[in-house]
Order: sequence, then structure tokens, then C-alpha cells
Amino acid sequence: MRKEFSSWIENFGRNESRFIFLTGDLGFAALENVQAALQERFVNMGVCEQNMISVAAGLAQQGLMPLCYSIAPFAVFRPYEQIRVDLALHEMNVKIVGNGGGYGYGIMGATHHAIEDIAVLSALPHFSCFIPLCNSDVAGACAALFRHVGPCYLRLGFGVWPADAGELEEFKPIRKLTGSRLARPKATIVGLGPVLLNVLPWILERAETDVFAVSQMPLVDLSDELVASLRASGLLWVIEEHRVRGGLGEHLAARMAQQGVPFRLHHTYAVGYPDGLYGSQSYHQSRSGLDPVSLQETFQRLSC
Amino acid sequence: MVPGFRSLDCRIAWMKLPCRVCRVGRKTPTLEDQKFAIFAFCRKILSLVDTSGEINLYHLVIVTPTLDLTNLRRLAQARRRCATKILELYKRANAGHIGSSLSCLEILVDLCFGRMEKEDVLVLSKGHAAAALYTTLSLSDRLPEKELSTFYQDGTVLAAHPPCSGAIRAIPFGTGSLGHGLGLACGIAFSCRFTGKSFKVFAVLSDGDCNEGSTWEAALFASQQKLSALTVVIDLNGVQGIGYTKNILNLEPIVDKWTSFGFAVAVAEDGNDFHSLSRAHNAVKNSAAPRCIIARTVKGHGISYMENTVEWHYLPMKDEHYAQALSELADAGLD
Repeated sequence: MRKEFSSWIENFGRNESRFIFLTGDLGFAALENVQAALQERFVNMGVCEQNMISVAAGLAQQGLMPLCYSIAPFAVFRPYEQIRVDLALHEMNVKIVGNGGGYGYGIMGATHHAIEDIAVLSALPHFSCFIPLCNSDVAGACAALFRHVGPCYLRLGFGVWPADAGELEEFKPIRKLTGSRLARPKATIVGLGPVLLNVLPWILERAETDVFAVSQMPLVDLSDELVASLRASGLLWVIEEHRVRGGLGEHLAARMAQQGVPFRLHHTYAVGYPDGLYGSQSYHQSRSGLDPVSLQETFQRLSC
Repeated sequence: MVPGFRSLDCRIAWMKLPCRVCRVGRKTPTLEDQKFAIFAFCRKILSLVDTSGEINLYHLVIVTPTLDLTNLRRLAQARRRCATKILELYKRANAGHIGSSLSCLEILVDLCFGRMEKEDVLVLSKGHAAAALYTTLSLSDRLPEKELSTFYQDGTVLAAHPPCSGAIRAIPFGTGSLGHGLGLACGIAFSCRFTGKSFKVFAVLSDGDCNEGSTWEAALFASQQKLSALTVVIDLNGVQGIGYTKNILNLEPIVDKWTSFGFAVAVAEDGNDFHSLSRAHNAVKNSAAPRCIIARTVKGHGISYMENTVEWHYLPMKDEHYAQALSELADAGLD
């Protein structure tokens, strides 16, 4: 998604003189076009994520529109107090962009993964997280990011929308990707980010479930369609490349319970590093049951 | 300063003016030399002329008036009013952080009652000295005085640390967690590059602020970006939360540290003295680099039993403490 992001930002920055791009010394072979377009409005802050956030807050306080870029764990966890105090508590209009959300940086190891980012950022006041579903979703996510006046976070990953899945609806907080041919769907599947694409091929083929993508956290309004689907299916299956605590599963289950919807919850999430071993993003997805094969097996088990 | 000149700070008795006198000559000047001198100001430079009207070839004297007495008196009066109000606020609130507020009071009075112009920005990084900030802002007409009476009470905007709500224009950022102020001030100063605006930004830091890594990240940035609008004032009272700085994380040689980070550094050897503060500010005011004033202050300054003690970081005053503090303030005022 980084390519799509830099392309959108380059265009946006050319036309918005208040826009300032800050990077924590990351973005090799990805942001050169942005740098060339923005010139002095592209600032390499060095490996100083705390200062990057505070400086961005100061810029925003003066009416500018700063964006802070790094890889997701460095953008979120190192400067978390600056994000909380300087941005969230002050409602500063600062965008944070983290590349490689989830296990995106694979074999780079645990320090480079971000599987708790949504939890910690969703807990903050005035804060929103935008999670595009696939590469072609990035432009819409960026537009939403800048429509949101206040502190917010864009979690970039990688995912290709299947060619046979029809046209993807434009970016929204909650979208229905596909519906069941059955009057009573076997499950209501709700996912966060590109990992949801791992279920799509065979779900589309069987057409026995409803599938929804959540692209904004914390949840804003539950769509009527989603609530109706869960009332009909009674089974909520949440899929996310994020830890169990504070992720989509817990948020959504609480919201559905508040709505009085009776349901059973199955949650497939990032388990971390249970055996202390590391590998590619696919490897970690597999260890968490988030890979296509594991997800299909889970579905068969659930729908029996 | 003219290269090769020696300087001494003195108060020229008959002028009643604190001055920096720089000399060059073939003999050591004596008091007798000064006695017969007539000073003629030409902006910052004057010639030393003897009573016969001939130029004394032995001495060239440059006198830099650092602060006029009227201004000194005005600042001292403001300081006394602020100190009285601070003590009142803390007593009514039965709250601590008194020593921290009194430590930086002259720094804030110097900024709010003279140095800062209307568009300039102040960031108090040592947010625990909020009472000093609120009081100086209020008495310098930057914060409604009626707000002060709500200090520390339920439902107040003025909590023990400055508010994050943006409700008070003169407080651009709420602080209280150390290590944030300098980065925020850097961002505000950096904005001028893109907006074309021109104003000065002052960040007041504590010993504890200089423990935080984020402060040094910001120092690197300020230097790299040559943030000439930025002045850092370090309220270096030598005392932190539960101990003395030198025993916790020694900051010395602090001048070398800030200098090596690319700042133009000046020391106010008595950071609770307006003359000393002014001299330090003036020494670096034309610097193209960001400035750092190391103000060597006394925690709890002006109240004998609080001065340079660790416990008055947190202790609230009992009635007898309050009475003595007011008495000492009054005595100082008569001096």
C-alpha cells in the first residue's frame, strides 16, 4: 500500500500548502516522489519519534497540517505518550501513518510488528484509526484520513482485491463485501484490514456467509446491515491481524451486546510469538490461524 | 564583546545603573580612574573621557546598560505580587510544588512582564510550576484574574498542571509529563518557516526535563533546523522530585552539553535575579542558533525554610509556614 499512499500524498501535498510531511528517517525507495514534490515541506526528523510527534503538535497548533510517517510500531509505541498528551488530549490535527501494520514486516522480527496498535490508539480520546482493506483502498482511506479533523492513524499493509470479487465499494467505516445466498447466513464474518482477504476466495465461491470489512476504529456507527446479518446468523466471526485484547473482536462484541443482539463469538486473531519463533508474514498468520487454509478449516468447523 | 577586552560587571554608583564594563589598556584600571570619568552614551558604546576633556588613551570603556532601574523595580514589584498570589493559591489549595513555582518565578516574570511581545509564545515544560505560570499570566493580563480563584478546585480549568483544553490562549499546550515542552516549542518555532509569521518562542525547562531523552531529541532538531526564534530557559535549581540532581543524574557540565548540541548558551549565575537573567538573554539575543539560558536558580527561592530543600517540591504549607512565608516576602519588599 506504500506506493499507493505515496502517490496520493504527493498529489495532495502539491495542492495543500499547509501540508507538512515528517518522517522518522524511514521510507527508502518509497517516498522520493513525495520529497521531490514537497521539497522543504518534507522533513526528515531523524530517528526521533517522540520529537516528531511533539513537533507535529506544535505545527498543527499553528494551523499547519502535519503527517508523521514511520513503520507502524515505531510510529505508535515509542511516542505513545506524545500521541496521548500532545495530540489526543489537545485534539491536534496530526496524521500518523504506520507502514507494515500487523505482521507486515515478517522476518524483521517482533520489534517490527504492530499487533497492538489499534488497541492502544483506539483507547485515546478524539482518536481514529483508518485501516484500508487492500491496495486499491488506500486512496479512499487517505481521503478519509484528511476529512477527519483531529488526530488519526493510517495503518498500511498489503493486500490485492480479488479480480473476480467485483468492484470494491468506496472506503467507508464498515462495508459489506459479499452476502450470503442463504436466507439465514451461516456466519457473519467481520474483518479488519487485508487479512480479511484470506477468506474471500472460497467465501465468494460458497456464498453462505455475509462478510463485512471494518476500516475505522474505534467503531463509529454499526451499520444496520451488519446488525441484521448477525441477528440472522447468530454467529459472529471476527478476523484480525491484531492481538485479542482491545482489537476489533472485543470492540464489536461489546457493541453488539449493547444492541441486544444474541450471538456466539468466534475470534481469530494474532497470537504473538507463542514458541518464540519468527518468520514471514504468512508464517505468523499461519501460526495464528489467519492464513487462508487455516481460516477455511475454521469455517468448516464452525459451520458444521 | 570586542575581542581582547576584559570585562567586569559592576554597578556604577553615581549612575545607579547596573552595567557591564569592558576595558582595554596598558594598566589595570583603578577605582580612581573611574572616579573622574565622564560617560557619554552612544547606543551601547561610549568613550571614556577624563575631566579635562581629553580621551584617556589607556582605556576604552564599553558600557552596556543591561537593565534600567525603573524596569528592575517594575519587575521586582511584579515578582512580589506574583509570589504573594502563588503562596495564597497553594495555601488555599493545601497543595505542593511551591518550591518549583518559586524557583522559576523570576524567569516567568522576566518573560511575561517585559521580554515577550504580544505574538510571542511561552511553553512551560515544567508543568508542575503551573501556579507560577497562572499567576504571571494573570497579573500580566493574559489570563482572567477570576480564573485564579478556581485553582485546584473541582471543575477548574486551572488544575495542578496546565490545561490541555486550549481554553487559555496563552497556554498553547498542557504539560506536566516532563520532556514534552521543548519538542512542542520546536514545532511552534518551526511553523514560522512555512507560515511566514515571525515571533519568538520561549520554553522553560527544569532539571527533570533535562533527564528526559525527548528533550535531547528536540535539542538536536532545534539545532539542525537553526530555530533562531527559539529560546530555552532552564530553571536549573539542582533539585528534582525526590533528591538532588547531582546525585540522581548529574547534568554538569550543562553548559558544555547545550553548547555541543548547537545552542548559543548564556548563564544567568543568579537565575532568580532579573539583572542576571537580562544579561544572559542579551548575551545571546542576536544569535542565529537557538538560544539556551542556563538559569542557576534556588528551589523555593525567597522563603528561607524552603530554599534548596527536596521536601518543598511536594509539601503543602501549614498555617505557621504560610505566615512566615508572607512575613519574609514583606521583609524582602521593604529591603
